[in-house]
Amino acid sequence: MTYLSNIGLYFLMIKEMFRKPTKWSVMKGLILKDIDDLVIGSLGIVAFISFFVGGVITIQTALNITNPLIPKYLVGFATRQSVILEFAPTFTSIIMAGKVGSFITSSIGTMRVTEQIDALEVMGINALNYLIFPKTVAMMLYPFAIAIGMFLGILGGMAACVYGGYTTLEDYITGVQMDFDGFHMTYSFLKTFVFAFILATIPSFHGFYMKGGALEVGKASTTSFVWTSVVIILINYILTDMLLG
Amino acid sequence: MIEIKGLHKSFGDAHVLKGIDAYFEKGETSLVIGQSGSGKTVFIKCLLGLFPYDKGTISYDGKIYSELSENQKRELRAEIGMVFQGSALFDSMTIQENVMFPLRMFTKMSKSEMEDRADFVLKRVNLADAHNKMPSEASGGMQKRVAIARAIVNNPKYLFCDEPNSGLDPKTAIVIDNLIQEITDEYQIVTVINSHDMNSVMEIGEKIVFLQHGHKEWEGSKDNIFKTDNKAVTDFVYSSELFKKVRKMYLEEKQ
Repeated sequence: MTYLSNIGLYFLMIKEMFRKPTKWSVMKGLILKDIDDLVIGSLGIVAFISFFVGGVITIQTALNITNPLIPKYLVGFATRQSVILEFAPTFTSIIMAGKVGSFITSSIGTMRVTEQIDALEVMGINALNYLIFPKTVAMMLYPFAIAIGMFLGILGGMAACVYGGYTTLEDYITGVQMDFDGFHMTYSFLKTFVFAFILATIPSFHGFYMKGGALEVGKASTTSFVWTSVVIILINYILTDMLLG
Repeated sequence: MIEIKGLHKSFGDAHVLKGIDAYFEKGETSLVIGQSGSGKTVFIKCLLGLFPYDKGTISYDGKIYSELSENQKRELRAEIGMVFQGSALFDSMTIQENVMFPLRMFTKMSKSEMEDRADFVLKRVNLADAHNKMPSEASGGMQKRVAIARAIVNNPKYLFCDEPNSGLDPKTAIVIDNLIQEITDEYQIVTVINSHDMNSVMEIGEKIVFLQHGHKEWEGSKDNIFKTDNKAVTDFVYSSELFKKVRKMYLEEKQ
């Protein structure tokens, strides 16, 4: 019953977020600040994870191709497919649920605990629009971070392949360019946009509606990470089945 | 003027406010007092529209709150200043930005006009040199004064303060009390303070509303509170030995 009422409250929050908009001159500043905090501030970790995960995929694939009849360029092909289809959009989003999600939940939750949200409401400001809308807009730039992640993942694979001696540079590049389907990029970015929305709104929900003190802010951050990850994995399954199945 | 008639509020089975009637006048510092759990905070939050109430009416200068449209409620809220118990300053903004915040949200002032207005109110609360400090760098008393500056910067008609002296030393508490009273008098606003600090009651209580178990048990001024025979009030107000002696001296002096 609590789950159902929370799901209802979440959708009411989304609806309310678009009502009574904050003055554009103020909103502009909030969006730019959130782009800096949520997207630009995450580029480092996205780049690091993508590069090394790309490298690991390449090594694992190369080590598992033991049959001499399978061409070596398949290492590049497998790395590209894995990085573009799953590792960059989904795996990175799970990591972001921890980084961006807990930041959003704890910052909004602390505002709730210290009555800053009450202060906004007393002033007649739509606190949902003021706090959550700019984060949602800022996260719409998250696919750019994922695009960088895709590039670096494939680059990391190339570095691991060449410097680890698993295959030649030519074979790897041939594999990366082989049978490229543009729709896979569409699919990948489409789900990244959906994940971006989830990454902005579910942690905001847990922060905004939390009750209690400092300890509960920590608990809300943990719960938010769990639920954001669960929803991302479920939506990933549904979208994959719908678009590629 | 704020007029409250038959205000009821429940949370599940807990009936917190049980038909409260009260009115608060312009230019008068009113205090809502009572023990913890008497319903003071719920009462103030109902007045502010933070809690929807179950029954009764709250009218601001004749306009009944529950009958206002969303836009009218928003306009009314822009006329309300609130000082929260924990100050509720926005910790990502400097003190000057905190004070300018209501102006940025509700006026079309230029940046320099907003800065001038913020400077003026910060001087009014004796914080002329604190503009660029962050709230975390300010003491408790300074934070309260910034909260007062933010509450009055947009010339509100109504000022609400939730325990403005909590956590402050007695000297700073008196400074804050006097500041609120001066501002109420100077700007002729309706000021309602939620408190259980008896020093505040004796300093600035032009009107006192005493709540007990969700009822309005007593109403009067700081002078009447010495004379009242209401047991609930005397038990609450004169619970400390110091105040018992003060009352005794006052009554002896009057005779």
